[in-house]
Amino acid sequence: MTGDPNAFHIALALVLNLDAALFDIVGLSLRVSLTAVTLAALIGLPMGAALVLWAFPGRGGVIVLLNALMGLPPVVAGLGVYLLLSRAGPLGQFGLLFTPSAMVVAQMLLILPIIAALTRQQVEELHGEYRDQLQSLGVSRLRMMPTLLWDARFGLITVLLAGFGRASAEVGAVMIVGGNIEGVTRVMTTAIVLETSKGNLPLALGLGLVLLGLVTLINAGAYLVGEFARRRLG
Amino acid sequence: MHARVRPFAPLPALCLLSLALPPLAAADDSITLASTTSTENSGLFGELLPAFKAATGIQVNVVAVGTGQAFELARRGDADSLLVHDTAGEEAFVAEGYGTERADVMTNDFVIIGPGTDPARIRDAGTVADALSRIAEAEAPFASRGDDSGTHRAEQRLWESAGVMPGGEWYRELGSGMGPTLNTAAAMDAYTLADRATWVAFENPQNLELLFEGDEALFNQYGSILISAERHPHLQHDLAEQWHAWLISEAGQQAIADYTVNGQQLFFPNAAE
Amino acid sequence: MNQPCPLPTTARDIAPLALVSVSVEHRGQRLLSDLTLRIEGCQRTVVMGPNGAGKSLLMRLAHGLLAPSSGSVAWLGATPRQAMVFQRPVLLRRSALDNLTYALAVKGTPRHRRRGLALAALDHFGLANLAKRPARVLSGGEQQRLALARAWLLEPEVLFLDEPTSALDPAAIKAVEEAVIDFHRRGTRIVMTSHDLHQARRLADDVVLLNAGRLIEHTAAKTFFQAPRTAEARAFLKGERVW
Repeated sequence: MTGDPNAFHIALALVLNLDAALFDIVGLSLRVSLTAVTLAALIGLPMGAALVLWAFPGRGGVIVLLNALMGLPPVVAGLGVYLLLSRAGPLGQFGLLFTPSAMVVAQMLLILPIIAALTRQQVEELHGEYRDQLQSLGVSRLRMMPTLLWDARFGLITVLLAGFGRASAEVGAVMIVGGNIEGVTRVMTTAIVLETSKGNLPLALGLGLVLLGLVTLINAGAYLVGEFARRRLG
Repeated sequence: MHARVRPFAPLPALCLLSLALPPLAAADDSITLASTTSTENSGLFGELLPAFKAATGIQVNVVAVGTGQAFELARRGDADSLLVHDTAGEEAFVAEGYGTERADVMTNDFVIIGPGTDPARIRDAGTVADALSRIAEAEAPFASRGDDSGTHRAEQRLWESAGVMPGGEWYRELGSGMGPTLNTAAAMDAYTLADRATWVAFENPQNLELLFEGDEALFNQYGSILISAERHPHLQHDLAEQWHAWLISEAGQQAIADYTVNGQQLFFPNAAE
Repeated sequence: MNQPCPLPTTARDIAPLALVSVSVEHRGQRLLSDLTLRIEGCQRTVVMGPNGAGKSLLMRLAHGLLAPSSGSVAWLGATPRQAMVFQRPVLLRRSALDNLTYALAVKGTPRHRRRGLALAALDHFGLANLAKRPARVLSGGEQQRLALARAWLLEPEVLFLDEPTSALDPAAIKAVEEAVIDFHRRGTRIVMTSHDLHQARRLADDVVLLNAGRLIEHTAAKTFFQAPRTAEARAFLKGERVW
């Protein structure tokens, strides 16, 4: 029974039939994860660069903590955000639990350490190369931040992709804070969990293939842009 | 002359676009219903919610979790209404003051699922207590939900009434929902206790078959609970009351009776009784 | 030795740079020891010495990129505008033109004047047709000329150059040397390191000879090349290794 309707055929049929429910789910997945990556980048990129440019007591501790948080289990992040956003929690009055916003917050917390820590590595390398020249030009540290981030842009694209990959692939956090509500907070990964629990393994696998295809497309696009730019700009 | 290359120019615009989209929030006229995976997995909500929305315009957002987690959500004020199947737990919830009203809505029943070869020979058992005793005696693998859900609590009561303290190599607590438990039982040829609705809608049975049913002890009552406005004044109590009233109204009860899978009725309305 | 600046318009005093008993240590190793040196006027000082003598270190100290472990590095008067050209030019990952407008922005030049000034500087250094080319795909010689153009825009009173020609072919070396003369003509004090005796003969007004982190000799170029005072200098000029 499981072997008969091939998962590839199901995935193909889902895409070719422009299944409306599927498109809603895919659209929400993309929106939630892209928003989470954008917000995490707005915080994580300057944060990573600042960790290179400013020495302060406890910097080593912050770096170790960020590296450790890269391995934070999504369920734990989800539970933390749940307790924050729950009505009984400190941010309960905003009523964000079981909304896509809650999922954005959870994913953002998951990928912020990744983006900040990897940005620090990329910027540190570049800073080693640029430091003397920028200092010679009289560039202040505050101004070095955008300069270094912009000149590290090829590497940082990979960093953002790593963040997006983790955000779009995780299920533990969005399941808890989103609730997998049909039409409201159901995303690709929670839909896959649901179909698996219904025993509909071919459909679950088909959805998995659609997700994989989507992530592959985005990565391929970013790779091509990066390669093209790298070749042109040296 | 080399054209200026600006491969990154669209990036900021894209980022802004994703932020400028309409706010990611649920519709105003909606309630959050904490319910069990068995009702969600069986597909019943697919029948009930559109009918309710057509009648009242209210959207019901179902968060399907184990009964234990559903109670916890409601205690913390994160759900507007509850639809679960653990009568003892529901009455305690009301007694503690978290709920104000509880009503019977419908029943379905539990069944014992197991490998078609039936190594513990429970097919001809007289009662569910007898069936469970045979499984324990044969030390045949048994997959327990182990997640403090309504089904898990019912299973524990059934072992107790059979006079067996399940334990040992053969008794496997999975800590999973109904569907994953059935998947696991199928993979390791284990017996398990399932609600009929999930079982009938389940699509990956492999060697599993329905081996025992019909004992009155397997009766499974679903109840709807209204949550205390005193404890959680922020909730959508008006809308939740409409939902609660509709479930036990003639229209709601009829919708429950009308839901079938493969021509088989899964839930039996019993609010009027 | 204190030669006045050649052009009347810029013939004002640039503060002398005084290094007094400067030492630099790194991981227990003495890289510069007890160096006392004064660089002043508008001349072209060429710092020479074998590899590892501490030439680059001296440049970084003088330019303020590095603090000494002991001793003092000070401008005797107002700190002059400075620029530095490195052995391997460090260019930003943008177009040649954008590299220049960036430097102008840092300098505080109003936005509407940056582009015109940058284009003029590119033209001055023969890079006008490469304005929109990414800086990092230029040839080594073009990159070094771009670095010089960037320094040009900063209108430095003191220009430091650290082995600016060591990785270049003869034509590019000639272009860099011409640029150095250009800067000097504009009234800029030049401090550069080189290990090329012929280059030093062509460019130097005075010579600083370092060896193993110590100052051997600081003399006018004519004296240094015709009648060096120390035995080390004589050996260095003959290409011998006596130390």
